[in-house]
Amino acid sequence: MSSKINVNQLNLWYSDFHALKNIQIAIEEKQITAIIGPSGCGKSTLLRVFNRMNDLVEGVRMQGEVFIDGMNILDSKTDLVTLRKRVGMVFQRPNPFPLSIYENVAFGQRIHNHITKNSLDEIVERCLKCVLLWDDLKDKLHKSALHLSLEQKQRLCIARLLAVKPDLLLMDEPCSALDPQSTARIEELMRELKTDYTIIIVTHNMQQAARISDRTAFLLLGELIEHGTTSKIFTNPTKKDTEDYISGRYG
Amino acid sequence: MQKFKEFIIEKLILISGLASIFFVILIFLFLLKEGLALFKFVNPGQFLFGKNWYPISEPAQLEILPLILGSLLVTLGAAVISIPIGVGCAIFIAEVSPPSIKEILKAGIELLAAIPSVVLGFIGMVTLVPWVKNIFQLPTGLTAVSGSIMLAFMAMPTIVSIAEDALYSVPKSYKEGALALGSTKWQAIYRVLLPAASSGIFAAVMLGLGRVIGETMAVMMITGNAAVIPKSILQPVRTLTATIAAEMGEAVVGSEHYFALFAIGIVLFVVSFMINVTADLFLHRKKI
Repeated sequence: MSSKINVNQLNLWYSDFHALKNIQIAIEEKQITAIIGPSGCGKSTLLRVFNRMNDLVEGVRMQGEVFIDGMNILDSKTDLVTLRKRVGMVFQRPNPFPLSIYENVAFGQRIHNHITKNSLDEIVERCLKCVLLWDDLKDKLHKSALHLSLEQKQRLCIARLLAVKPDLLLMDEPCSALDPQSTARIEELMRELKTDYTIIIVTHNMQQAARISDRTAFLLLGELIEHGTTSKIFTNPTKKDTEDYISGRYG
Repeated sequence: MQKFKEFIIEKLILISGLASIFFVILIFLFLLKEGLALFKFVNPGQFLFGKNWYPISEPAQLEILPLILGSLLVTLGAAVISIPIGVGCAIFIAEVSPPSIKEILKAGIELLAAIPSVVLGFIGMVTLVPWVKNIFQLPTGLTAVSGSIMLAFMAMPTIVSIAEDALYSVPKSYKEGALALGSTKWQAIYRVLLPAASSGIFAAVMLGLGRVIGETMAVMMITGNAAVIPKSILQPVRTLTATIAAEMGEAVVGSEHYFALFAIGIVLFVVSFMINVTADLFLHRKKI
C-alpha cells in the first residue's frame, strides 16, 4: 500500500441522512486529487472526514476505516490535534483570523510550540514567501489581515497552514470566492505546492479539476461513481453517470 | 379619507417619538437647574473632593468624596466578581454547553434579571450579611463587600447576555479555521474568539457596571450607609444613589441639602452617561 490515504468501506450519516455510502478510494502521495460532483453529493463531507472536521456537526456517525500513512484516523483513540496538524484545510471563504498578518501565520506555532521570537520571524517569512505574499506584505506584517484582498486572504490562509508543517492539504472549493485571475494564480500556487504536499481539492468547477488535478474522483448522491487519472475521467469515463456529468448534462 | 387617516397616524407616531426625547430634556434641565443652584453656596471643588458629608449639622457640610468613593468601591468589588463569572458564563453558553443546558442557562439568566432589586437586597440582608459578619469576624455585616456581592448578581445578566451575543456573532469560520489548524477548543476560544469579540465583551462589562452604579435599593439595604471615607471593603460605606434615596424625603425643599442631592444626581447622570457612551462606542466600533 503505497497510497497516502486508503479509505475502506466508509459510511457516514448525519442523523438519519446517509451522506456517504461505502466509499472505497486510495489517494496517492504528492499528487492533486480532485473530488467533483453536483451540490449535495457529499464532496465536502468526504473531505472533512480526513481531518475529522465532521466531528463538529451534531449527530454525525461514521463507520469504516480511513488510513492515513497506515493509521486509522477514525479510531476513537486518534488525537485530533495531531491529526489536524498533519492534515491542513483551506476553506471556501478565506477565513483569516481578526488578528495581524504576522499573528495569523504565527498562530500555528503559538498553539503547538514554544518558540523563540527569531525563529518565529523566520517561519512567518518562509511561509509568506512560499505563497508569494512576502514581497507585497513584508512592510505591513502588523496590519490587520482583514483588510487584504480576497486572493491575498486565501493565500494567507494557505501560509497559515504551511506554518504548521502539514503533509496533506485539504482544499474545500478554495477559489469559489475569487475572480478568474486570482483563481489562476492560486491554481499556479497549488501546482508548486504539489512537490511537497499531497493535495485533495473539492471543486464544482470541472474545468478547474481538469486543469490542476492528477486524479479525479466523481461523487454522486453519496456514492463514489468513478475514480481514476484526470485525463481518463475527462476523456474516456467508464460510467454513464460520469460522462453525463462532465459533459454538463446535469449538475 | 384614507390619506387623512394615514396623516393622523403618522403624526401620532411622530409625537410619541418626540415625547421621549422631550421628557429626557425636561428631566435633564430640571436636574441642572436644581443641582447647579447648590454652587451658589458651595464651590464645586469642595463639593466633589471634600471629605465631610454632614447635611444636617449647622452649618451643613456638603462634600461628597466619601459617597463617590463608596460608590466606586462597591462598583469595583462588583466588577471583580461579576466580570470573570459573567464572561466565563457567556463563553460557556456560547461555545461549550450542549444545546439543552444552554436553554436552561439562558432562561436562568433572564430570571435573574427579572428579580426586583429590593428582593435581592432583602435576601442579601437576611442571608449574606450575617454570613459576611461571621466569616470576617466583623461587628456588622453591612459592608461594601456585601453590597458588591449582591450587585454582582445584578450586573451578571447584562454582562452574560451581551457578551454571549458578541461571542455568538463571531463568524463560525474563525473557530473552524482555528480547530482545523489543530488548536484545542480552549485555544480557539482564547486566541481567536475572545479577541474577535473583545469590543462586544467590553461593552457588555460597561453596561453591566452602568447598572451597578445606578442601583439604589439593594445597596441602601446592605452597605451600611456610613458616609465616611472607606479604608477597606469590610467597612460600611454609603453610595451616591443611596444618599439621594435616603435623604430626599427629609431635605427641606429649596435648602442647600436639597440642592446638594440634585447635584449628586448630576454626578450620577454624568457617570452613567459616560459609561453608556463608552459602551456604545465599543459596541458599534468596526472590528479591526
